[in-house]
Amino acid sequence: MSLASDVLTVLAVCAGAFFFLAGTVGLLRFPDALSRLHALTKADNLGLGLIVLGLLFHVGGPLAALKLISVWFLTLLAGAAVTQLIARTARTGGTPE
Amino acid sequence: MTARDTFAAVVGFVTLGLLLALIWVRLAAPDVALTEAAIGSGVTGGLLVGASARLRRAEAPTAAEKPGIPLQLMAVALCILVTVGLAAIVLLLPEPAPTLAPQAAANLAATGLGNPVTAVLMAYRAIDTLLETVVLLLALVGIWSLAPDGVWGGFPGPLHHVDRNGVLPFLAQLLVPVGILVGIYIFWVGSVAPGGEFQGATILAAMWILAMMAGLVDAPAVGRRWLRLVLVAGPAVFLAIGLAGFAIAGAFLAYPESHAKLLILTIEVPVKVVPIWRSKFPALADSEKWMPSTSLIHISSVASRPSPKMVSARLGGSVNSIVL
Repeated sequence: MSLASDVLTVLAVCAGAFFFLAGTVGLLRFPDALSRLHALTKADNLGLGLIVLGLLFHVGGPLAALKLISVWFLTLLAGAAVTQLIARTARTGGTPE
Repeated sequence: MTARDTFAAVVGFVTLGLLLALIWVRLAAPDVALTEAAIGSGVTGGLLVGASARLRRAEAPTAAEKPGIPLQLMAVALCILVTVGLAAIVLLLPEPAPTLAPQAAANLAATGLGNPVTAVLMAYRAIDTLLETVVLLLALVGIWSLAPDGVWGGFPGPLHHVDRNGVLPFLAQLLVPVGILVGIYIFWVGSVAPGGEFQGATILAAMWILAMMAGLVDAPAVGRRWLRLVLVAGPAVFLAIGLAGFAIAGAFLAYPESHAKLLILTIEVPVKVVPIWRSKFPALADSEKWMPSTSLIHISSVASRPSPKMVSARLGGSVNSIVL
């Protein structure tokens, strides 16, 4: 059981780290603001989600698990809202709507 | 420097602050990490973003000017001086480093608190914290006095337009209740665990700023009587309890042992109001006339408040050499 949860943790955290790496490469290499944002959302949403999923196998109790999931949800909420704001500003040419 | 460079520097500063916070966590100093992330990186970063936006117009002419050789040499000399000074301080520390941490921990029971950082701030060095609250109030009066005569007593800055279907009001409606809960929790838990009024107040202030940026609430007008009473309440309650110490425990700011925790919490509640009110002033960033002076004062006041950092570093033992 412990081996299985270890393997699942390693797999999920590695997959999460891969999305973070891909998002960072996209942030550095993509040509314009909108596509860079598109790359970043993968890191925030999927990457962090997978890392949280991987850590869930090793938390002490349901309360700690709930805290981890709340962190992910709050990041999703803030990330989505801020991405919208940045994208709208970028589309209107630098002046906030 | 181009506009892009200034903005990139600000982003780099915020990132550095977040990385520093991670290092503080690794050094077992979560109080410092919270302060660094919230004040060092968050509030200061926000102010610097505002400042870089304001500087954008002046930046092209400035970029055209080349500094002369003497100025460049002076910059180099200053950099070397700072580096050598820091290195000397770190390398020449006595071994073991001087510390009051054992005494602070030994007398913790007398304060009724479980968190040595809060004990230092609110009990051992209470007079420092008391004077700090007065300094904050004075700084606020200083900022208010910079207002042009026409808007004296009015709203600090322009009113925000609300877009009921916009993204920001949506975020504010969802995030602010959660953030207020977290802020109050951090404040409450500060008496027994990492946290406290500084960090809690910063989170509450950030939530208020978010709500104001979204246009859901407006800053109260400077002339309101209740606002002034609330702002004065912090230092006043602190002073009153300090003076009561003469009667109850025989010295200024002495707490009777049985009620120490209750009294300390009583002091903290009003005291944290001032930092909250003060840190909402970034909203002034939009105001043409007020911005330069207010932001400078604000940055300096934020920068000159190292108490939680310093204290926690002093107690941290392992992190002693880094700050001292």
